[in-house]
Amino acid sequence: MTYLLQQTVNALNLGSIYALVAIGLTIVYGILRLINFAHGDMMTVGAYVALAALSALVLPVWSAMLLAMIVAGAIGIVIERLAYRPLRGSREVAMLITSLAISSLIQNSATMTLTAQPRPLRLPAELARRFEWAGLTIAPIDGLILLLSILLMVLLSLFVKYTTIGIAMRACSERVWTTHLMGVHVNRVIAVAFGVSAALAGIAGVLWSGKFGLVDPFTGFVPGLKAFVAAVIGGVGSIPGAMVGGYLLGFAEVFFVAFAPPALSGYRDAFVFVLLLAILLVRPAGLFGLEEGRRA
Amino acid sequence: MRSLYGWLALGAGAALVVLAEYRLNDYYQRVLAVVAINVILAVSLSLTNGFSGDVSLGHAAFMAIGAYASALLTMPASMKLLALPDLPAWLARLELPFALALLAAGVLAALAAFVVGIPVLRLRGHYLSVATLGLMVIVQVVALNWQTVTRGARGLNGLPPLTTLLWAYGWMLVSVIVIWRLVRSPFGRAMLAVREDELAAACRGVRVVRTRMLAFVTGAFFAGTAGALWAHLITAIAPASFSFFITFNVVAMVVIGGAGSITGAILGGVLMTLLPEWLRGIETSLAGSGRPLYGLSQIVIALLMLLVMIFRPQGLLGGRELTDLLRRPPPVRPGENEGAVGRAPR
Amino acid sequence: MLHIHDLHVAYGNVDALKGISLEVRAGEIVALIGSNGAGKTTTLSAISGLLRPKRGQILFEGVEITRLAPYEIVRRGLVQCPEGRQIFARLTVAENLRLAAGHRRDRSAVARDLERVLGLFPILGERQQQIAGLLSGGEQQMLALGRSIMSAPRLLLLDEPSLGLAPLVVERIFQVIADLRREGVTILLVEQNAWQALRLADRAYVIETGAITLSAPAPVLLEDPRVKAAYLGG
Repeated sequence: MTYLLQQTVNALNLGSIYALVAIGLTIVYGILRLINFAHGDMMTVGAYVALAALSALVLPVWSAMLLAMIVAGAIGIVIERLAYRPLRGSREVAMLITSLAISSLIQNSATMTLTAQPRPLRLPAELARRFEWAGLTIAPIDGLILLLSILLMVLLSLFVKYTTIGIAMRACSERVWTTHLMGVHVNRVIAVAFGVSAALAGIAGVLWSGKFGLVDPFTGFVPGLKAFVAAVIGGVGSIPGAMVGGYLLGFAEVFFVAFAPPALSGYRDAFVFVLLLAILLVRPAGLFGLEEGRRA
Repeated sequence: MRSLYGWLALGAGAALVVLAEYRLNDYYQRVLAVVAINVILAVSLSLTNGFSGDVSLGHAAFMAIGAYASALLTMPASMKLLALPDLPAWLARLELPFALALLAAGVLAALAAFVVGIPVLRLRGHYLSVATLGLMVIVQVVALNWQTVTRGARGLNGLPPLTTLLWAYGWMLVSVIVIWRLVRSPFGRAMLAVREDELAAACRGVRVVRTRMLAFVTGAFFAGTAGALWAHLITAIAPASFSFFITFNVVAMVVIGGAGSITGAILGGVLMTLLPEWLRGIETSLAGSGRPLYGLSQIVIALLMLLVMIFRPQGLLGGRELTDLLRRPPPVRPGENEGAVGRAPR
Repeated sequence: MLHIHDLHVAYGNVDALKGISLEVRAGEIVALIGSNGAGKTTTLSAISGLLRPKRGQILFEGVEITRLAPYEIVRRGLVQCPEGRQIFARLTVAENLRLAAGHRRDRSAVARDLERVLGLFPILGERQQQIAGLLSGGEQQMLALGRSIMSAPRLLLLDEPSLGLAPLVVERIFQVIADLRREGVTILLVEQNAWQALRLADRAYVIETGAITLSAPAPVLLEDPRVKAAYLGG
């Protein structure tokens, strides 16, 4: 029973992070039909910013996190402006390939300037210290990940539901052409979408590296890919779907490792992508999906 | 190759390869062999990424499958007994000639592509990209964990150095001819039709999913053989050898050379081997000054790709073949100027 | 109010508009009629800034708007009500209306316009919190029209407002269009249903394969034998 609870705590943590990253993927996909392969690298950016803020600038944790969100968000906006906007109206694959190039650019710029050596990201002791509680081993960071993620998701949902720009974001994901005719400054909406997505990935990166203790130039790549699996589980393009998909994937992955034979636990990443293939085979539109994924 | 010139060129090429085989030092031989392998990779990827219009990111995975397969099939039984004592008996005893191992490598890679293709190819193109990257992760994880067959992170070393220049260029020629023929066949026209307008193609009786699948699986086959050639050139493979960089570089070759053009892919393959090689020289020469710039060559490739996407999205050759440029005014393909004037502001 | 001069638009190598010139004066209803593919919707898209013309000029209230972004054009009071069911099906009725007024700063004027739309189409008021995709075809067209009103148009471009609707609904829509004109909104009406359009319009242009072939006061065109043969069913 305690084991089960412990695994649930782990799954909630992992799921929260997947959800935060998947939301950004799904928002951008919804509007531009772009699978943003550079999205996971925004996690890396966030983690490095937090590292710099904590170690070099000696800022308090909360402001390091805020800074990570702001810097990642700003970089997301700049990338959209410089790399994706010139490609609007060309083939969909042009943006996809560009996102690969951006991803490689970020990873290698980090390698060149910061070296590929993993660096420890040390959160303040009062967050990272583990203690026993009702048979569970937990640290305050676990609670922080869950609460902060839920808080951010609630804020995002309110933003998308009630603000004019949030409504415009949803309108764009349905039909961009008509959204122009409503007097909406579509380019600004897209910039906001990229900013919000990257900011969420940035904070997710801080939480990820905070939990596992390390940052390197490739930190975000595989979690970013897995977040896409989460988005597919929920139905790409659906924000609530991304949230639910993130937690489902978190649980699936953690429980695979917890309950599969120990010899298989090394295969956890493979399991996630086999799961992706299975879902695409059975239900490509995901749980909340819009049937647009299927070909004509 | 029907013309006299074709045979002459072939003869001259063969003579050059043989000459290089005996005259050049090891470093240049190796670079030349890598050029041939990269051309195979680029041309095979152009089948999906250039002609049928999907973006496959599975080349690292297919290469890995081919490399491990061929390594296991050609390693001397005595070596296997030492390095991999727990191998199944049939495999432990098996020692195939290179040609057969090469084919087996391609077939296994094609099989993996087929399995991934079933769920994915009936969906929008994006899903292929993600699923093939997923395949890369799966293959890496399996290579890392399947100790009895792959030796995990230690990898397989001391493979027989079977990839001579003759093998590399001979097989490159085979790949290019097969794919060139394929693209010029009715099947190739079906691929282009699918790329330009899937619905219209389907209406004209093109079996869209099958066309896509054939392109994808054929590409994977040659990628698998390229992986095998690479394994027997470097003679050591490990899971980390087949990373995202490999895939990315092959995609860069196709994008920069020009999607939808075989000669473009060849050009891209050659350029994208020599350029990074040259840049790596710079990286390590700066290492002496205490400030190595590892990553520089990849940054240059990425920037080059970004610039190509923005300013010349059709790539260097713009979807045409070099032979078109040499012979007659280039044919205008439908949709080539798409969005040039009536571009939507989205 | 709107002057179009020698407008050329191409999709790739295909010329869709080959030098259109037309004019809409303040207070008028002008109809643009033509068959499928003649270039009607292309003309409207070019006016709204969705397509970049190859050549030519578009002036709105004396100011050139040819190269402006679509949102800037809407904010000047040149509003397009797109054809068919281009409402946002996954947004609620209220959100659809609110989005169209999103750029307006005068909140009390927006509130007044909302009152007016709900007065014109009471069914929209009943369904405000419903997903717009659940509305019937006629209701969706009402929503589309109401949405355009929320953008505070001075010149309204209407693309096929009667397309696929039951006769009773068409009647209602055309009543509202007539009302809007009485309130001072100028209208450019694009229609395949030439008879309806010509009854309502002051003047009309006939467009065929990307060029204007006829222009005259609407009553004259209603009697024109060529128009009768081609667009009014003999």
